[in-house]
Amino acid sequence: MASIARKTAVLLPIFVFLAALPLLAAYLDNPYLLSLFSRILIFAIAAVSLDLLLGYGGLVSLGHAAFVGVGAYTVGILFHHTTIGEPLLGIFAGSENALITLPLAVLAAAGFALVIGAMCLRTSGMHFIMITLAFAQMLYYTAIGLEQYGGDDGLPLYARNTFPGLDTNNDLSFYYLCLVSLLLILFLAHRMVHSRFGLIIRGASHNPDRIQTLGVNPYTHRLVCFVIAGAGAGLAGALLANQSTYISPGLFHWTLSGELMVMVLLGGLGTLFGPVLGAAAFLLLEEVLAMYTEHWMFYLGPVLVVVVIFARKGLYGLLIGSGKNHD
Amino acid sequence: MLLVIEQVLNGLQLGITLFLMSAGLTLVFGIMRVINLAHGSFYMIGAYVGATVTSASGSFLLGILAALGAAGLAGILVECIVLRHLYDREHLTQVLATFGLILFFNELTRMIWGRQPLFMDVPPWLAGSIEILPGLTYPSYRIAVIAVGMLVALLLWFLLARTRLGMRIRAGASNREMIAALGVNIKILYTLVFGLGTLLAGLAGVMAGPILAVESGMGESILILTFVVIVIGGIGSIRGAVIGALLVGMVDTLGRAFLPALFRLFLPGAHADGAAASLAAISIYMLMAAILLWRPRGLFPA
Repeated sequence: MASIARKTAVLLPIFVFLAALPLLAAYLDNPYLLSLFSRILIFAIAAVSLDLLLGYGGLVSLGHAAFVGVGAYTVGILFHHTTIGEPLLGIFAGSENALITLPLAVLAAAGFALVIGAMCLRTSGMHFIMITLAFAQMLYYTAIGLEQYGGDDGLPLYARNTFPGLDTNNDLSFYYLCLVSLLLILFLAHRMVHSRFGLIIRGASHNPDRIQTLGVNPYTHRLVCFVIAGAGAGLAGALLANQSTYISPGLFHWTLSGELMVMVLLGGLGTLFGPVLGAAAFLLLEEVLAMYTEHWMFYLGPVLVVVVIFARKGLYGLLIGSGKNHD
Repeated sequence: MLLVIEQVLNGLQLGITLFLMSAGLTLVFGIMRVINLAHGSFYMIGAYVGATVTSASGSFLLGILAALGAAGLAGILVECIVLRHLYDREHLTQVLATFGLILFFNELTRMIWGRQPLFMDVPPWLAGSIEILPGLTYPSYRIAVIAVGMLVALLLWFLLARTRLGMRIRAGASNREMIAALGVNIKILYTLVFGLGTLLAGLAGVMAGPILAVESGMGESILILTFVVIVIGGIGSIRGAVIGALLVGMVDTLGRAFLPALFRLFLPGAHADGAAASLAAISIYMLMAAILLWRPRGLFPA
């Protein structure tokens, strides 16, 4: 276990940097930095939620993008109905208030996670990987089929959701909205991992039979974990739809699930803060490589292979200096 | 009625392509316990190399041979360089490493062949149609694909069930420690099985070339269907792969062909088409979910 002092020495500067980033962006007169880091914070939320499954639950889900997509589409569909003035299902007028759309997006993602998780968790190992992937693809094709919401092309939103007392269309206030959301998710995830519930989830990933003989049903606990992770991804999706003011079926695509996995592993599996670093590293690397070559994936692919085969600790482990570290 | 037969043949043809993909993948799962997301990349390599050699030489057969060689060779190289390090690792590591391979191969094909899809012509001697029943003509090329697929399935059965190599492969699937202890060189066996699997994927790719556009990323759409096949059939089971592939091929093709007509019976036109298209696209996933509720380990658990 790494010392508290070392953790503080690593984490504090990072949070100070994140909190002060708008100052840097203003100083460099580079507004793009703000939108880039808003995206990083949003992907970090999704990656942290995926880490609950991968790192703590030992559940290798290759369909996490599904819940990002559900969150984004909830925001997009509600917004769309307010603009066209035609109620959703004939009853609900839609909404562009973030205090309504964000909770609904989280609930919708949790609902999908409940149904999908209930089926997927009946299996394990390779089956689980392939089935989560298949369900995510199923939602991907469903989204393509939603002609009234743009089908294959996706749907542009004309403005971000409103938030009482906050001008969300201002990139600065939106950045802080994302930062606060991430901190909230990190706090909740931290509490969850260190609770009795978190202990069971971790125990079930190492030895489900033993958890079972202790009189605890791993299935229901895993399902709850799956739903919570899905809800987190739904929040990320809702924020992403707002950040880019655009939704498209690509949000459900399995390459996004794969990228989220890469972020978690790059940052450090089973460390809550690692995925934040992983998301930042992945998106910044993409940004930098894309500056030099359009074929950046050609280089990223082999780097990824080498990293997963040889460096198991991730960035967080590298900084904190201890291997498997459930912080 | 003729339309139904035609669509059943189309379903059979998709099923056979899926079988060629899933046979190799299920062997790799079953024997090496490796989840290989990059299997679709070998399908893509087969299609690209096949299309290029065919258009350069003018001979489709030469194109097929080149595709088989390229996919098999690429498979053996990947096994020796990357996969070998993954056998005893967690599934998560395997997923991510093979995900990295997909990024690499997709971008590699874009660098070599550009972003525009290639189109591959059906060879002239297969370009016509055959009247298989009075009033029903069917493209000869698709019949050839079905025939080749069935032939390969037979050969594969012979290889696995009737030869010494096949016996070792089956033994490796049921107990790899034991077969290694009995003095079989399991390393070479793994490389061979992996190469065989990628060769079949390459064959599926080159045969799909004249039917679909040859483009970067084409391997992933078929890969996910292949996963559905394997999950339905049961991981590691060739028999499961046959049944699963035919089932998925039929449900997918027949759903796309007949659901719109069925929906138009009790929904207004535009809504019916949209709903039917969506339902057709997700029908195989619903089939998979239903089968899993009934048998979580697939129809023929190995």
